[in-house]
Amino acid sequence: MGSQGGFGQSKEFLDLIKSIGEARSKAEEDRIVIREIETLKRRISEPDIPKRKMKEYIIRLLYVEMLGHDASFGYIHAVKMTHDDNLLSKRTGYLAVTLFLNDDHDLIILIVNTIQKDLKSDNYLVVCAALNAVCRLINDETIPAVLPLVVELLSHSKEAVRKKAVMALHSFHRKSPSSVSHLVSNFRKRLCDNDPGVMGATLCPLFDLINDDPTPFKDLVVSFVSILKQVAEHRLPKSYDYHQMPAPFVQIKLLKLLALLGSGDKPASEHMYTVIGDIIRKGDSSSNIGNAILYESIRCISSIYPNPKLLEAAADVIAKFLKSDSHNLKYMGIDALGRLIKLSPLIAEQHQLAVIDCLEDPDDTLKRKTFELLYKMTKSSNVEVIVDRMIEYMISISDDHYKTYIASRCVELAEQFAPSNHWFIQTMNKVFEHAGDLVNIKVAHNLMRLIAEGFGEDDDAAYSQLRSSAVESYLRIIGEPKLPSGFLQVICWVLGEYGTADGKHSASYITGKLCDMAEAYSNDEIVKAYAITALTKIYAFEIAAGRKVDMLSECQSLVEELLASHSTDLQQRAYELQAVIGLDARAVEAILPHDASCEDIEVDNNLSFLNGYIQQSIESGAMPYISENERSGMGNMGNFRSQDQHESVPHGLRFEAYEIPKAPTPVSLSSVTDLVPVPDSMYARETHQITSVGLASDTGSSELKLRLDGVQKKWGKPTYSSPASSSNSTFQNPVNGVAKVDVATTVNSKARDSYDSRKQQNEIDPEKQKLAASLFGGSAKPERKTSTSSKVPKASAASVPNKESGEKTNQPPPQDLLDLGEPTVTVASPTVDPFMQLEGLLDPSISSTVSHSDGAVTNAPDIMGLYSGTTSSEQRGGGGYIPATGDNLNLLSELSNAAAVRGTTGEAIVSPLSQSVKGANAKDSLEKDAKVRQMGVTPTGQNPNLFRDLLG
Amino acid sequence: MIRAVLVMNTQGKPRLAKFYEFRPVEKQQEIIRNVFAVLCSRPEHVSNFVDAESIFGQDARLVYKHFATLYFVLIFDGSENELAMLDLIQVFVETLDKCFRNVCELDVVFNYSKMHTILDEIIFGGQVLETSSTEVMKAVEEISKLEAASSAINLVSKSVSSWRSR
Repeated sequence: MGSQGGFGQSKEFLDLIKSIGEARSKAEEDRIVIREIETLKRRISEPDIPKRKMKEYIIRLLYVEMLGHDASFGYIHAVKMTHDDNLLSKRTGYLAVTLFLNDDHDLIILIVNTIQKDLKSDNYLVVCAALNAVCRLINDETIPAVLPLVVELLSHSKEAVRKKAVMALHSFHRKSPSSVSHLVSNFRKRLCDNDPGVMGATLCPLFDLINDDPTPFKDLVVSFVSILKQVAEHRLPKSYDYHQMPAPFVQIKLLKLLALLGSGDKPASEHMYTVIGDIIRKGDSSSNIGNAILYESIRCISSIYPNPKLLEAAADVIAKFLKSDSHNLKYMGIDALGRLIKLSPLIAEQHQLAVIDCLEDPDDTLKRKTFELLYKMTKSSNVEVIVDRMIEYMISISDDHYKTYIASRCVELAEQFAPSNHWFIQTMNKVFEHAGDLVNIKVAHNLMRLIAEGFGEDDDAAYSQLRSSAVESYLRIIGEPKLPSGFLQVICWVLGEYGTADGKHSASYITGKLCDMAEAYSNDEIVKAYAITALTKIYAFEIAAGRKVDMLSECQSLVEELLASHSTDLQQRAYELQAVIGLDARAVEAILPHDASCEDIEVDNNLSFLNGYIQQSIESGAMPYISENERSGMGNMGNFRSQDQHESVPHGLRFEAYEIPKAPTPVSLSSVTDLVPVPDSMYARETHQITSVGLASDTGSSELKLRLDGVQKKWGKPTYSSPASSSNSTFQNPVNGVAKVDVATTVNSKARDSYDSRKQQNEIDPEKQKLAASLFGGSAKPERKTSTSSKVPKASAASVPNKESGEKTNQPPPQDLLDLGEPTVTVASPTVDPFMQLEGLLDPSISSTVSHSDGAVTNAPDIMGLYSGTTSSEQRGGGGYIPATGDNLNLLSELSNAAAVRGTTGEAIVSPLSQSVKGANAKDSLEKDAKVRQMGVTPTGQNPNLFRDLLG
Repeated sequence: MIRAVLVMNTQGKPRLAKFYEFRPVEKQQEIIRNVFAVLCSRPEHVSNFVDAESIFGQDARLVYKHFATLYFVLIFDGSENELAMLDLIQVFVETLDKCFRNVCELDVVFNYSKMHTILDEIIFGGQVLETSSTEVMKAVEEISKLEAASSAINLVSKSVSSWRSR
């Protein structure tokens, strides 16, 4: 390796990177990579490649595959490298196989053995590398091969290994829960590991287990709460701090666990109230990670059994989030609001303007989140505004996935809350027009049925008005270019059925439109079929009404074209049209009665009305119909017979003359059997069946009716009450206790917040206010509201917000409503000592057999003692593990302190570090910059220094 | 669970791609392309979160951070906290910066295996393992040291010792 590139790589590799960096097109890049693959193929199979060289080849293979090319020819070499004793080679080999192979790849079987060996290695780095591979490459079939080894590693002396072993077991649980179901006790035990890192790792599998079924883990609530308390109180060693926040990821995981365990469980939730309250109170909203914990606390509060004080605290945090300038925090705020709104529906009102700002934000993510929130708070009073907004947004985006999603939401909301038929049809038109192909075709059928049946009211005038408004809107839309197929079907059907019904439009006008449409979408056969059927219907109605039908020339040409169509379906429809036109009014009315789309059609499956005709034909010598399977059965029968009697050739022509028909007799079965080589009994059975089915057809046909039940319900009155009485409705909420408490809290916060909101609203343009009013209902006049709420004593404030609407029937809530909040918060401090419980987790018999070298058995349950003991000396971890760089830690915390003083957020903390580094190595970095530019990896970037933006 | 870690430059070239659930190569490329398409269409000064369901399947979210010429991207599911994931990117980048001194795109390209070593110390099997960059550095240095010890010729050792002497 004579020519070093300065990055510890060979010249070849540098050249490769350089040429790829300079490639001007994807095609050029592909050419370069393919050449590289050829080189590698040649080189890698040479004998006796030095290990370092081999490592580089493998890395180059990884690089090639990352660029999207097939590197499978080198997989086997990567597998071979895992067998190597050299740590560097082994680690590279493991890295390569974890990136290359799936857990069902054929080569895995060659690796399992190596993994088994490496898991037993003395070198903990080898064990870690193997564990890494275990996570990715072991599937449910190979789990048993390594499971005992991994379990053994749970008591390894290195905490890094213990951590990874726990994670590996977690990955087994994900792949095949049954394989580790007997190991749950091990997870519980690791929760008391004397290394906080291992404890934190254990929370991951426990989260999955509790997510599946929380019941068997209810006893852990007390332990989790006490751990969370200790973490939050800085009892962990300093090295677990992240931006001065004690072990934030552990806190977040614990809050998630508590949320699962406390959901719908009042006693469990009561244990949590104090600690969650503390976390929120102490929460640091200036750093990113502090906000992450605050958000997680809100999630937890919204999931556990509600507590008024916590809800109030959560509402305050949400207010802070929404008022922030950071889009990230706004996003979290909107999300949190969506979670809390189920518990206290009034909370959104304080934030209405913030929500509307988010809706108009250029940030798509934020917008979508806000729509999510709006979807959750839709009621019949604001459905129009919300759905309009959604449609507006739907039109503006091109992402099909989300378009489909939001279209279905629109349909769902419109179906559930539609204030009027007319609005509903207009809305559906818009949805179809802009997202037609993405909407479920069922929705189109629902719409047709709705127009045919109305909403269930018996008012005929309303019916016809609904229909003519639909017809009007469709005639308007029909001219637009490129309408989706599903929507055209609806249009055709409606125009055919009701186009001429109200007499406003002449048949020739409608038929002209339909013909235009069939022509414009001439390659969509379904639309054409709908169109020609619609034409048939219109002509039929004309004939039935006694008017003379003049077919437009374009219709005629359309029909002629379809008569010769390749599609038999279209052909048939065209012929039907021709036939219908030739009939007289009475017949046409029988075939296509007006407005009968909802009538139940009774289908006579057996065509019994033809019986007489058949009878007659048979008597005059016709062959009776033989069903298909009978015919094939007859073939066999015929063969059999020909052997037997040499009478007839089954498939040939019959040469003997027909027998002279016997005199007409009512029952001519005997003569029939003579004619056809079918045994008596068989035919008799057949006819018998036919008649019996024919008799039964009346009852059978009832099952063929369209299923229309359940339709009315969908269109019934919405169950949500209007916002004018929203405060009342909360009281009526059947979830007693909970709802009352909610009101009390929201009022408290409202009294405070309304002042702020008034201040804000003074500067906000009236349009937004209007939108807010329509979205959130009652609170359109914030000034008046505040004035009343400030006058009214606190206790009765609950009924204030919407009283102005005149509904004063609502009694002020009883005095003790507010007090209700107090006693629930006072959580009886657990009489059981949490550490005793932690101790109890350790099965004494097991713990005595597991003998830690450093006497961890006795220490294990006493987390607090360990943690507090170590904090003072600023050492990491318990047990006997002493970090080598105690000074370093001090230095770092000083650095981050300095950063915090500068009052900047997250990113700034890096800057002092990198600055100091830069200062010391200015030459270094200059050289690097020069090199980078020379390499041309990023031809357009002026300064490849990653942290340029951080350093300002 | 974290489903993938991607590092790509502002022209959409992948610099690091780690998927914690297996995806065939073609699918990986498609994901990288789609993620890049989303990222470069994002205006400045907006949130760092993107809904990734259309790219990565049910319940997938994406958090990204833009540093000079590189995008750092994490894709994960609902069991993780978005803000915390943003900080995890910060941890990763901080560590890289400590490790490479003024990390730049070329460091990322040429130290492919080291990048993975660092990442494996932070995220293990899709779960967050360690969030202190000091601790990660300690682990990575130890690995480098032992790797050096077990190799006859090793050029990395020189740079390792130079870090340690600082």
